[in-house]
Amino acid sequence: MAKIIDDETLDNVCILAKLSLNEETREKAREDMQKMLDYVEKLNELDTEGVEPLSHIFGDRNVFREDVVTNGDDRDAMLANAPKVKDGQYLVPKTIG
Amino acid sequence: MKQYETIIGLEVHVELATKTKIFCGCSTEFGGAPNTHTCPVCTGMPGSLPVLNRQVVEYALKAGIAANCRIHQLCKFDRKNYFYPDNPQNYQISQLYLPICYDGWVEIDTSAGRKKIRIHEMHMEEDAGKLIHDEWEDCSLVDYNRSGVPLIEIVSEPDMRSSEEVIAYLEKLRCMMQYLGVSDCKLQEGSMRADVNLSVREAGSETFGTRTEMKNLNSFKAIAHAIEGERERQIELLEAGKAVVQETRRWDDNKESSHAMRSKEDAKDYRYFPDPDLPPVHISDEWIRELRESQPELKEEKQLRYQKEFGLSEYDSRILTETRQLAELFEDVASLCGNPKKAANWFMGEVLRLAKEKGREPEKVSFAPEHLADLIEMVEKKEVSPQNARKVFEKVFDQDIDPVVYIEEKGLKIVEDTGLLTSTLERILEENPGPLSELLGGKEKVFGFFVGKMMRELKGKASPDAVREALTKEIESRRK
Repeated sequence: MAKIIDDETLDNVCILAKLSLNEETREKAREDMQKMLDYVEKLNELDTEGVEPLSHIFGDRNVFREDVVTNGDDRDAMLANAPKVKDGQYLVPKTIG
Repeated sequence: MKQYETIIGLEVHVELATKTKIFCGCSTEFGGAPNTHTCPVCTGMPGSLPVLNRQVVEYALKAGIAANCRIHQLCKFDRKNYFYPDNPQNYQISQLYLPICYDGWVEIDTSAGRKKIRIHEMHMEEDAGKLIHDEWEDCSLVDYNRSGVPLIEIVSEPDMRSSEEVIAYLEKLRCMMQYLGVSDCKLQEGSMRADVNLSVREAGSETFGTRTEMKNLNSFKAIAHAIEGERERQIELLEAGKAVVQETRRWDDNKESSHAMRSKEDAKDYRYFPDPDLPPVHISDEWIRELRESQPELKEEKQLRYQKEFGLSEYDSRILTETRQLAELFEDVASLCGNPKKAANWFMGEVLRLAKEKGREPEKVSFAPEHLADLIEMVEKKEVSPQNARKVFEKVFDQDIDPVVYIEEKGLKIVEDTGLLTSTLERILEENPGPLSELLGGKEKVFGFFVGKMMRELKGKASPDAVREALTKEIESRRK
């Protein structure tokens, strides 16, 4: 039996993921999370004895780029994505540094 | 009061000297206008794909090999999740499960002798952006130029016992990285940063006390102060029967004290998981062997070689190898003039004296090695007086002039012109009848007076030996 998503777990996940849920969405989220855990529980039934742990789903290895500057100054295009900008910088709520 | 022992482990972040960031082709150059070195990858735009810079792996391997580490030949990247505006992706790409290097050690020199500091691991990761508080708007401003700059984090075992050992360890790492060309390790530019984990325990105890972590240490002085301060704070707590709380503390260099960071900032639930955007890295035996073979001679090896091959003192060898640039310049001069000892004297005396006087860091000293080598040879051949040679060298140091041409032009070359020597001598003897009669009467002390006068008059164009010889001859003939 998979772990039950209790209130405490749900609260903690909300803090970590910066989610604020109302009554309705909260129950929906609980259901979704419960389904995920049940699925993992199902997977756990498989016998994986002798199977190498997988570190990546593709067989690729060593995908590198060379150390050459290819990007120029694209500041304005980047900043265009930000809700608030000042002096060529992203303006964000006050954070204690 | 009880005796306490301080236990210190370090997490050192070293910014790698690559031209581009770890996962994109943006420049890593320090000091660009805010956000001019950014792209969709290093600003965390959805759908952008990081691609690993090969040079980062190579630098991390070089550092690991130099620190006697073992290598995870299959290593991969993980995401460390946290929300903070300096981190646009809401996760930092780092290595948790299979760090590239692990299980190494370096040796440090302390007043109590040599000591081994074990390295727990070295891993590759990306740096975060820079936050500046904006007083006007009461907001923060973010510059992502540093976001994605490659770092290696070097995690030591808790093997250090004093601030002296910590500084020696940091100096060691800095020197090693500079020799390897892996990083310039400038604390003031943030290319080397240290977090200090510290706990105290009663002397003789086998178990560790509760540790705290101190961040924001950006000078050796701040690190030393923070260690002393935190040691005192923890001992006071224990003496008062209170417990040390495991927490992250932020050092304030102006106030010279630390304060606990809010626990919210310190939430240590990073939910690491393998980064699906980055395939694993396989490091072949061949690659490791190539790097091992191309490792430069490091400070310790150079130091020993200078003593053995050149017959230099332990002290001189240590100073001359402080930076790779200075050591290589010295070696070039030594081999060009064929006299390592004389070259070492010039470096220990003139080169380092001028560097200090002119406020230039030894690694920034730069002149053509031929120029100093030529000067040394001219002094050896008595073609220029040592005093004049020192003056000429100052020009070499400042403007890298050709000393041979300069000496010729300024007429500083010693001319074994007996005509000039004799005529000057005769004139000076004539001008000073009093001291002359004293000298002729046997008062040898006056001899030096005449030598000095001659040297001043000839402005270094004759060697002191030649002057003494001429004077002795003249006096002897007059006494007869």
